[in-house]
Amino acid sequence: MGRSGGAMAEQHIKLPEGSIEKTTTTLNLGPTHPATHGVFQNILELDGERIVSAEQTIGYIHRAFEKIAERRPLYQITPLTDRMNYCSSPINNMGWHLTCEKLLNIKVPKRVDYLRVIIMELARIGDHLICNSIVGVDAGAYTGFLYLMQYRELIYEIWEEVCGSRLTTNIGRIGGFERNFNDIAFQKLEKFLREYPKVLKEFENLFQRNRIFMDRTMGTGAISAERALNYGFTGPNLRAAGVDYDVRIHTPYSSYEDFDFTIPVGTTGDNYDRWLVRSQEMWQSLNIIEQAYKKVQEFKGAEAEVYHADVPEYYLPEKEDVYTKMEALIWHFKIIMGEINMPVGEVYQSVEGGNGELGFYLISDGGRTPYRLHFRRPCFIYYQAFEELVKGGMLSDAIITMSSLNLIAGEMDS
Amino acid sequence: MALTNEYIKTRLLERFGEQVSGFTESYDMLTFEAPKDLNLKVLNFLYDDEQLKFRFLTTLCAVHYPENKGRELAVVYHLHNIVDNIRIRFKVYTDIVQPDIYTATGLFSAANWLERETYDFYGVNFIGHPNLKRILNVDEMDYFPMRKEYPLEDQTRIDKDDEMFGRGGKLGFGTDTTDHGKATIAEAEKPRDAGADVI
Repeated sequence: MGRSGGAMAEQHIKLPEGSIEKTTTTLNLGPTHPATHGVFQNILELDGERIVSAEQTIGYIHRAFEKIAERRPLYQITPLTDRMNYCSSPINNMGWHLTCEKLLNIKVPKRVDYLRVIIMELARIGDHLICNSIVGVDAGAYTGFLYLMQYRELIYEIWEEVCGSRLTTNIGRIGGFERNFNDIAFQKLEKFLREYPKVLKEFENLFQRNRIFMDRTMGTGAISAERALNYGFTGPNLRAAGVDYDVRIHTPYSSYEDFDFTIPVGTTGDNYDRWLVRSQEMWQSLNIIEQAYKKVQEFKGAEAEVYHADVPEYYLPEKEDVYTKMEALIWHFKIIMGEINMPVGEVYQSVEGGNGELGFYLISDGGRTPYRLHFRRPCFIYYQAFEELVKGGMLSDAIITMSSLNLIAGEMDS
Repeated sequence: MALTNEYIKTRLLERFGEQVSGFTESYDMLTFEAPKDLNLKVLNFLYDDEQLKFRFLTTLCAVHYPENKGRELAVVYHLHNIVDNIRIRFKVYTDIVQPDIYTATGLFSAANWLERETYDFYGVNFIGHPNLKRILNVDEMDYFPMRKEYPLEDQTRIDKDDEMFGRGGKLGFGTDTTDHGKATIAEAEKPRDAGADVI
């Protein structure tokens, strides 16, 4: 009898230090969570619904690409770059090829440049399409996502015609492409250019002036241009804050200077501006693809068969030549066995990826493999700002902010 | 007047004199180095100067040169003047015994995680960093993996069985210290019966 009184007074549960006095809730958002698109974790301190602080943990999909790249000849690094921003892997591949071409002083023919532009802009449309429809999903509207995904399938089919893969494409080679674009690829491209504008317009009608969507996204997750620049933002997130920095205009690569397009810029840098900027960029990308396709069709005769530069040290020769000619056999052997030495030097090349400036810093010491390869990954750099974007806001706004920033775990962690 | 690499070099020499050195132009980007104690002074100069205006930190990384004794680790800053569209590369070298470098997070908030990544992979200690802990690797890791002395794979792991790939297994092809084919270190250290398994 006396025991029960004593038992009530004892503490049977061991509580963590300070947890009774604590007034905020700790919420663990991730790493496996349907709302976080990829594996990264946020530990949020909530005061009711308001976020007091947020701590990010990343590295769940770190695959040591920079270390692996020190052991691989240049063409074997392309599959690693695929897997960084896997929603727009052709852009990563092309960026890597451009870095190699800069190091090796390779001049690429115009037709190859225009074909690369088509592929990169298709990848950009694919990336922005996913991001915008996922922002819709996180706000509760699932239909737009499924409707638009059909057109991502069409983009995949175009890539499949050129390189054989849909998602992690390993598209292109140093100096050009592995094969010429066949008629089926061009037919699929024409189908895309015919059908996608109508679909994009329908998608925009669903969200752009939708009262609920605007109330959810306007004013949340805002950042000023000065803070965004200080945080190293690039790409649509920076342009939504008002700074018109686009690598395609600042340091044109792959003949982007031959195209006529505008850069959409926002004002407040909030979720709604980011959504609008991405949507407008999709229209601009469609415009660029149409111009590029017209330019490609202007090449006639022998010029229309050009799909790579003449770089015997890095571009595999035709198989018929390997079996019949001596030099082709030697080059084939040297390339496959990795016995080609790179020139000494260090080069930094960047491209406008789906999320911003994707940079490659390559240091070569004259060996067969890079001495050091560093990827400047936009997602990694701007995810630091997440706490500042969501502090003081509500939990549901944090979810939308996370998806509107277009965080892709593969690019964050490399 | 147009901002050229020559002009930037002149301004740097005039401000820092002999302390900045190693001016080269690799693929149109001016590259130079300075002693590691001056890294913040140089970064602040490049940021504040009204003609130079390098106000964007593109990236920050480290490189390990095991042969350069006393200067093994290099920290490389890539800066960008967005308005005039000029890029510049700035390197500081430090020795590997005490790799202390002042943090740039006061100037560029972008440097926060970039320096954490550099610490995680190379062990560069950034003095004054608000939260210098590992970011991409597990917290318990006690070595710095991107340094050249560490091989591509962790040779101490015992959870993989690569026998089907010609590595490890009873005959131990492809290993010299640890037998990857065994489940625990104790089992791996038992003497192997020679010739019991035929490949």
